[in-house]
Amino acid sequence: MQPGSAPKIEFVDEGVRLTGSWTLSCLRKCLPRLRAETTRTSSDTRWDLSRLSALDTYGALLLWRHWGSRFPADIQLPPEYKALFERLEKRPPDKLMRRPRRRFRMGVEDIGLAAMVFVGHVYAAIALLGQLIIETGYILRSPRHIPWREISANLYKAGVRAMPVSALVAFLIGVVLSYLFALQLRRFGAEAFIVDVLGVGIIRELGPVLIAVLVAGRSGSAMTAQLGTMRVTEEIDALATMGVPRHLRLVLPKVVALALAMPLLVTWTSGIAIAGGVLVAHYQLGIDYPFFIANLPRAVPVPNVWIALSKGLVFGMTIALVACHFGLRVKPNTESLSANTTRSVVTAITLVILLDAVFALATRNIGLVGG
Amino acid sequence: MSALIEIRGLGIRFGPRWILRRVDLEVARGELLALVGGSGCGKTTLLRQIVGLLLPTEGGIQLFGEPQHAGDRDTRQDRQRRLGMLFQQGALFSALNVFDNVAFPLRELGFLPEAEIRDLVFTKLAMVEISHDAAWRMPAELSGGMIKRVALARALALDPELLLLDEPTAGLDPDRAGAFVELIRALHSALNLTVVFVTHDLDTLSALASRVAVVAERRILAVGPLDQIVHVQHPFIERFFLSERSLHALRRGKQSD
Repeated sequence: MQPGSAPKIEFVDEGVRLTGSWTLSCLRKCLPRLRAETTRTSSDTRWDLSRLSALDTYGALLLWRHWGSRFPADIQLPPEYKALFERLEKRPPDKLMRRPRRRFRMGVEDIGLAAMVFVGHVYAAIALLGQLIIETGYILRSPRHIPWREISANLYKAGVRAMPVSALVAFLIGVVLSYLFALQLRRFGAEAFIVDVLGVGIIRELGPVLIAVLVAGRSGSAMTAQLGTMRVTEEIDALATMGVPRHLRLVLPKVVALALAMPLLVTWTSGIAIAGGVLVAHYQLGIDYPFFIANLPRAVPVPNVWIALSKGLVFGMTIALVACHFGLRVKPNTESLSANTTRSVVTAITLVILLDAVFALATRNIGLVGG
Repeated sequence: MSALIEIRGLGIRFGPRWILRRVDLEVARGELLALVGGSGCGKTTLLRQIVGLLLPTEGGIQLFGEPQHAGDRDTRQDRQRRLGMLFQQGALFSALNVFDNVAFPLRELGFLPEAEIRDLVFTKLAMVEISHDAAWRMPAELSGGMIKRVALARALALDPELLLLDEPTAGLDPDRAGAFVELIRALHSALNLTVVFVTHDLDTLSALASRVAVVAERRILAVGPLDQIVHVQHPFIERFFLSERSLHALRRGKQSD
């Protein structure tokens, strides 16, 4: 089967003679020509295959299809090629080879299925939350089972390791916002109000949401992928076999760690963003650093800080819960792992923004100067 | 006829550690060569080397009489298409169903009409005894034995001359393993294949191999028919083949011939 001679059809006096190697790699170069030449044969043509130097499944298939799935009446076929055609005959009849059509469902059925999936998610999420409350009750009664090591590890991974990237993003956002505000405020001669705009905007709103989106993308996806991989490799089952409660060891530490880390990260991000803003305010508007710092408490009353910190707490727990919820739903294949990781991040970010709207409504009378 | 695979002075190093050194091996057309050895001795590494997944640290491999990595992009691609590999876990694309998995290498060629691809895929599936209604299932819905057979069909999709098998019977029950060995043997004679396979399983070894290469101590200790290998004086070979368990398996293999 050397990659060799080109496949050819030779028309001899009473029929055709095939020569060369009729294999996939050799046929590809002269396929259109051969297809055209085979159409010049008729049903009573004599076929001579004895001079072929090679024939593979594709070569055989090409001839077989041309012959209409049966041997021509007059054929010279060397015995070694017979098996090839016999294998072709073994394939199922045409109508069994058809790809099953996707069933188009009625709209109503679609809505029902989507609703059931949604209810399933809500049910599983409530079950997860309930399980966590039970576990919390358990460790409060027997504190020696508190998974300190896991909590500390998660705190480090999701909190400390997130500090550089969040600092960078926060600083740049602070710089950009301050620059835009400075341009607008200068038109009204209201330069001093940069303190109010930046302070309320960043501390109350932007800081918590910004870091929540970052953490959802960074730590939420990592948590889902970790739990998902552990499902794929049966590690979670191994834990359960050893009598280790998975919610206590895998879910609770993540929720607690993010609940602790997020308020701290909110403080860190808002601080850096304000610092970026102050820097630009100084160079664009000529506002002194001491003036800015002294006026910040006046512009942003203390309740705003409490709102920001509680937002951090709630967002953190939400992200961890969503991540664990989707991580535990992963089925043991790669497709499911990637799909659930995507869903985890999208759901976490959507929920964070929804919750932020709820916060805005609930706290609309708290901590706003001149409101 | 020249050797299909010719390995000369091959050495592979991962970091400071030599996995294989000064390996020489020739595989003739039509052979069924088994690579055996203890766990982690470099059998699979050698196999991956032959497929071209790893670059050798020293020495080289001639495939089909040409240096393995010679030529331009198209030449290398054509050479790669002349061999098929069955991975240990099957390595089916989990996003594609059985049909699309086997059709994948055919579609990659880019000149076959869909009707011919369909006929070829179902011919290959029939060869490995996968029924037509399993063609639309996803890999996650298949049993271990079926995954191996579908993966074999995919490896054979382009009618390769050389077939490489990594642990073809690992993870199959004895019955399925026996059937799989029979299938490979039947395809070997029917398709004029050259087969190189890695195995731990002495049943598979004695039922399938026409020649055996023992890999140990970073080199190939001995090559030859199983009957001769068994009598080579070397502590590793004696431990491997002449233990009670092994003798038992080899006897069974003899009977099945």
